[in-house]
Amino acid sequence: MSRVIVFVENFDGHVNPTSWEALGLGSTLAQQWGVPVTAVVFGKNATALAEDAAQYGADHVVVCEDETLATYRLEPYAALLAKLVSEHAPKLVLGVGTNIGRELFATAAADVGGGIITEASEVSVDGDTLTATRPAFSGKVLMKMSVSAPNAFLLIRARAFKPNSKDASRKAEVTTVSPVMAEADISTKVESFTPETSKVNLSDAGIIVSAGRGIANNPATPPAGVADATIWKAQHGFETVVQPLADVLGAAVGASRAAVDAGYISYDHQVGQTGKSVNPDLYIAAGISGAIQHQAGMRNSKVIVAINKDGDAPIFKMARYGIVGDLYEVLPALTEALKKKLGK
Amino acid sequence: MHIVTFTRSTPDTTAKVEVNGKGEVTWGDAATVVNPWDEYSLEEAIVQAKNVGGKATVIAIGTEMHNEALKHSLAMGLDAAVRVWSDGLDVTDSLHWATAAAAAVNKVGDVGLVIFGKESVDTGTDQHIYQTARKLGWTMLSYVAKILELDAANKTIKVEKVLEGGKQVLTAKLPAVISVMKGINEPRYPSFIGIRKASKAEIPVWSLSDLGVTLPAASTQLVGYSNLPVQEVVTEIIDGATPQEKAEKLVEKLLEAKVL
Ligand SMILES: Cc1cc2nc3c(=O)[nH]c(=O)nc-3n(C[C@H](O)[C@H](O)[C@H](O)COP(=O)(O)OP(=O)(O)OC[C@H]3O[C@@H](n4cnc5c(N)ncnc54)[C@H](O)[C@@H]3O)c2cc1C
Ligand SMILES: Nc1ncnc2c1ncn2[C@@H]1O[C@H](COP(=O)(O)O)[C@@H](O)[C@H]1O
Repeated sequence: MSRVIVFVENFDGHVNPTSWEALGLGSTLAQQWGVPVTAVVFGKNATALAEDAAQYGADHVVVCEDETLATYRLEPYAALLAKLVSEHAPKLVLGVGTNIGRELFATAAADVGGGIITEASEVSVDGDTLTATRPAFSGKVLMKMSVSAPNAFLLIRARAFKPNSKDASRKAEVTTVSPVMAEADISTKVESFTPETSKVNLSDAGIIVSAGRGIANNPATPPAGVADATIWKAQHGFETVVQPLADVLGAAVGASRAAVDAGYISYDHQVGQTGKSVNPDLYIAAGISGAIQHQAGMRNSKVIVAINKDGDAPIFKMARYGIVGDLYEVLPALTEALKKKLGK
Repeated sequence: MHIVTFTRSTPDTTAKVEVNGKGEVTWGDAATVVNPWDEYSLEEAIVQAKNVGGKATVIAIGTEMHNEALKHSLAMGLDAAVRVWSDGLDVTDSLHWATAAAAAVNKVGDVGLVIFGKESVDTGTDQHIYQTARKLGWTMLSYVAKILELDAANKTIKVEKVLEGGKQVLTAKLPAVISVMKGINEPRYPSFIGIRKASKAEIPVWSLSDLGVTLPAASTQLVGYSNLPVQEVVTEIIDGATPQEKAEKLVEKLLEAKVL
């Protein structure tokens, strides 16, 4: 029987919540085709997570908790996904374009000879042909591509599609499968793993507070003996004015490349053409001029707020709201105003 | 051991890219540059080839436009450059592309490591990388932040890899394909002598028949390009006597816009 397969990304026993967005789109498309949705969950806790997958819309769940899949590795994951696809010849294999999703889908697609489209923000189907819109040239233009069932692979952008609301009464049939590769046949060995320190993931953040080179204009005086006064000022600014605002908003912290290159904050925070491409509901840019490469990463934000002391900064042209002023005065005032209003 | 890296030319990042009336993507008279992500892979190929006492070759697949990136690579210090091109090669289909790329790597011979940049700034479809690895049948290690060890004699590699959830240290057997992140190294600028030498270099072109491959039918179709929908942003500058007053007004607006 034909079906839609949705890959549910599980990292160390936790589902990447954007996977439910893929499951949401998967159930819409499956309905149009009149076929069921099968969720696939590998790794730690997979059997327990199958219940969540059912509640978010899966009709069947295929799980594999084998030790070889406990920690994500491309080889055993791709081999098993490709095998499931060859067995079921699904109309579509659907997932989210995370680091894992991207390599896993491209690899499995190569194995079964399926076509793949990534970064989709809009999708339509006409018979067995699926057409998707994705950004091209760093989001400066859009590109439409089509792929045909069976064995079509599609990765969506985070936050482009809505998950189904969770329905606690929904149940699914769960099937446990065996891995394809034995440990001895897997070339890649994991020696160690260090979890990431940053609190919120930029790609699926609903609100982002970003700062740029302007963060270095901190009026605070560095303690005696610091190696680099500018870096100290900028880092102190991220800690004392950017992070507290992000905390009241439940937001992720972003940065311009100028701030990253100057060593003010680590690269995982960079937004833009050579950083992350984000699409939050609210993007606050403080002390960022709005260079075209920065815009490339954040132009899809629903509402943009610019805070800059230079009223002519290009960032104001794309902002819905602007405050002309010193970020060291405006951000703390904003944090206070939010605390008052949101009762925190 | 030979190291191969892939690159191509992309429009300068400041270029204004638009779709014209004929549906073609244009960037006026803006220059093309080596794909910015590849500066790191090119640098890494030079460094690693030197470490293992091997040679580094750079390959571009596409039209003459990509000679630009190849010359830049030679000027940086890559040992050799090749362009792969035949009419009918569909570079928008990754599976198609990867079949040609894998054949080119095999033709170079004795390759232990293929290094890619993280993605292209224009298409951003890094799937080319993973599918090349699969067509070669080699181990794939993506998002590499550091090569901790490359052992040509024992044919092993140890890398630090970035995942959304954190950092993994992985070991694998060679031959392997890796993609590298910004920050893995400080890419060098081409030297004056390098630029002079590169400008004179003849870049060989390998056709599909030189590679001895017949390509599969493309698995995806490009329907077309379009400009972004015009978004009329009306910017409202929030006024007020004090930062506090401005901040309070902004919060009201954001609550009205339902984004908090
Ligand atoms: C190949 C390439 C790729 C690139 N990729 C990226 C990318 O991915 N992301 C990215 O961001 N950039 C990228 N850039 C860099 C980009 O061109 C800009 O240089 C960069 O975005 C500028 O960062 P900025 O706005 O923080 O700094 P600036 O342009 O220096 O702007 C600083 C702003 O802060 C304001 N300011 C100063 N002090 C204060 C204060 N106290 N209060 C309020 N405002 C203040 C100033 O008025 C100014 O507008 C790339 C460039 C190239 C060539
Ligand atoms: N036509 C091409 N020729 C050579 N290298 C390429 C080509 N297309 C993509 N690459 C390289 O493959 C990597 C991934 O690019 P992409 O898959 O286009 O995002 C980057 O290092 C690119 O430079």
